[in-house]
Amino acid sequence: MAFYLRKLVRLLVVVIATSALTFLMVALLPGDLAYEIAGAEATAEDVAVLRQELGLDQHILVRYWHWFTNVCRGDLGISYHTYEPVLDAILARLPVTIELLFFSQLIALALALPAAIISANRAESAIDRGVGIVGFATLSIPSYVMALVLIFLFALRWRWLPATGYTPFSEGIISNLKSFLLPALSIALIEWVPLMRVLRSDLIATLKEDYILVARAKGMPTWRILLRDALKPSSLTLVTILGLQIGHWIGAAVIIEMIYALPGVGRLLVNAIFSRDFLLVQGCVLFITVAYVVINFVVDMLYSVLDPRIRLETVNG
Amino acid sequence: MAEAVKEAASFSIKANTKGLGYSFWLPVLWLALVATGAGSAHIWKLPAFDQMDWDHPAAPPGARSEISVSVSEGQKIDLPFIYRLGTDTMGRDILTRLLFGARISLAVGLVAPFFGFLLGGSLGIFAGYFRGRFETLVVAMMDVILAFPGLVLLLAISFYLGPGVINLIAALAFLTVPAFCRVARANTLTWAQRDFVLAAKAVGAGHLRIIVGHILPNILMPMLAYGMLLVAVMIVAEGALSFLGLSVPAPTPSWGGMISEGREVLDQAPHVSLIPAGVMFLTVLSFNLIGDRVRERNDRKICEL
Repeated sequence: MAFYLRKLVRLLVVVIATSALTFLMVALLPGDLAYEIAGAEATAEDVAVLRQELGLDQHILVRYWHWFTNVCRGDLGISYHTYEPVLDAILARLPVTIELLFFSQLIALALALPAAIISANRAESAIDRGVGIVGFATLSIPSYVMALVLIFLFALRWRWLPATGYTPFSEGIISNLKSFLLPALSIALIEWVPLMRVLRSDLIATLKEDYILVARAKGMPTWRILLRDALKPSSLTLVTILGLQIGHWIGAAVIIEMIYALPGVGRLLVNAIFSRDFLLVQGCVLFITVAYVVINFVVDMLYSVLDPRIRLETVNG
Repeated sequence: MAEAVKEAASFSIKANTKGLGYSFWLPVLWLALVATGAGSAHIWKLPAFDQMDWDHPAAPPGARSEISVSVSEGQKIDLPFIYRLGTDTMGRDILTRLLFGARISLAVGLVAPFFGFLLGGSLGIFAGYFRGRFETLVVAMMDVILAFPGLVLLLAISFYLGPGVINLIAALAFLTVPAFCRVARANTLTWAQRDFVLAAKAVGAGHLRIIVGHILPNILMPMLAYGMLLVAVMIVAEGALSFLGLSVPAPTPSWGGMISEGREVLDQAPHVSLIPAGVMFLTVLSFNLIGDRVRERNDRKICEL
């Protein structure tokens, strides 16, 4: 119990610290928020009134407290360009980002699992080395380059898939999936490598255990040993890596959403940066970061439930 | 887990018995080529990087230009001029822009980790050496910075600082601080407990002398190996920012910007995007390969100890 409590306290500290940093990012911005909102034609009195309305004349700690309590109630402020509440704007675009991340994870796993199993089964063979070299080279491809190559091949040369554009789920599942295929592939074709590497080395370790030897001695077919006996105990680190890599995936999603014109949270953030929509930038950064921290927390918990040794080690050590 | 680590270690020793090999020297050769190209970009008889040729937009590699008078820093260029790698959407010579773009990529890729190395490295060494409250504080601070997804933090900082090369380097340097800090601290922790450090203390050496003379030389190589990988990450990150239009302002060429601009003509003239993309890939791959080799060497040395 103490273990979970400590993790929870740590989560809260990190969330509060990141929120303070995100708040400071806008509060300490060169130039005043009031000037930015009031626009170029505003008189000095207009700005003064606005400053009072926004509470900018108060002490920074007071402002942070106001802001923080508002955030806790789900009020991230209002976009000064579209007059849309920031949280609503984010939530409206969240499903697109989640769908993108979900499909890329799915494709990445679909690539990583067989590759890792084949590699681990014949460790140090030509296939294993080949997969390793391909993986190493793949990790040097930026996601935007991968996206361009995929667009060039699939959308322009062979004209199989749409290059950009997004069809909502409500307008047909097939065309919705089609609009997600290339973006998800652009992320997955790079991010499968860390998953494959981790699973491969864990599988190799598991395959040296005695019970695998027993299974082999009993004459079990190799595929059955690999899939039934070795895969499950070897996939614990994979769970952690999935959590740790989410930060990477989110970064890739921002760029991929821009390239493929997917109306997700990443695109919202970049467009807000271009239009200098402070509160929207702040809201997006805060939302994405808290989501990332919470996901990692959940993965951590999941991991310790799956493998009690972790829990004991941390408590004793 | 322990088995897996051993497996990886034995693998690297085997790969190492032949010396550094071509997978080390080829990348070094490529990087030397890129660095020389970047350094000497202004002395070749090439058009200026913002010299437009509207008669030859998005021309394929090898296209000839007979009409345009391309002048680079007062030098006359013999006509017909051949665009060896073609031109971009505005008829600017891709080779020239690649060479000048390499300056941005290399400057950002090397300078940003250098500052991150100085700041993060010293924080990490002090934290790992002095321990106590200072260590707790440093570790907590790094945890908070690492709590942000990398690119989102980069976007937030560059939004805060505004455009420009200096700000770009500052933002990227900040991003590398936690990573260097962690590597430095972890390595310092193990070395600070060794007997020779204890011996130095017994002889009466001061903290600074122990850190600089006894700990720093030992943790430099692992940090360097990590730094190589970070250079690759920085080049990709700078490219991502240019791609989004948040890096150096136009018309200054950068690889990411060139890749992005070429998207408009990806259908008819894919080389406008794919040539800079290929150059960036080879450069990033080279840094990754060299970093990997240096890391393997370190692991091997530690195994032999």
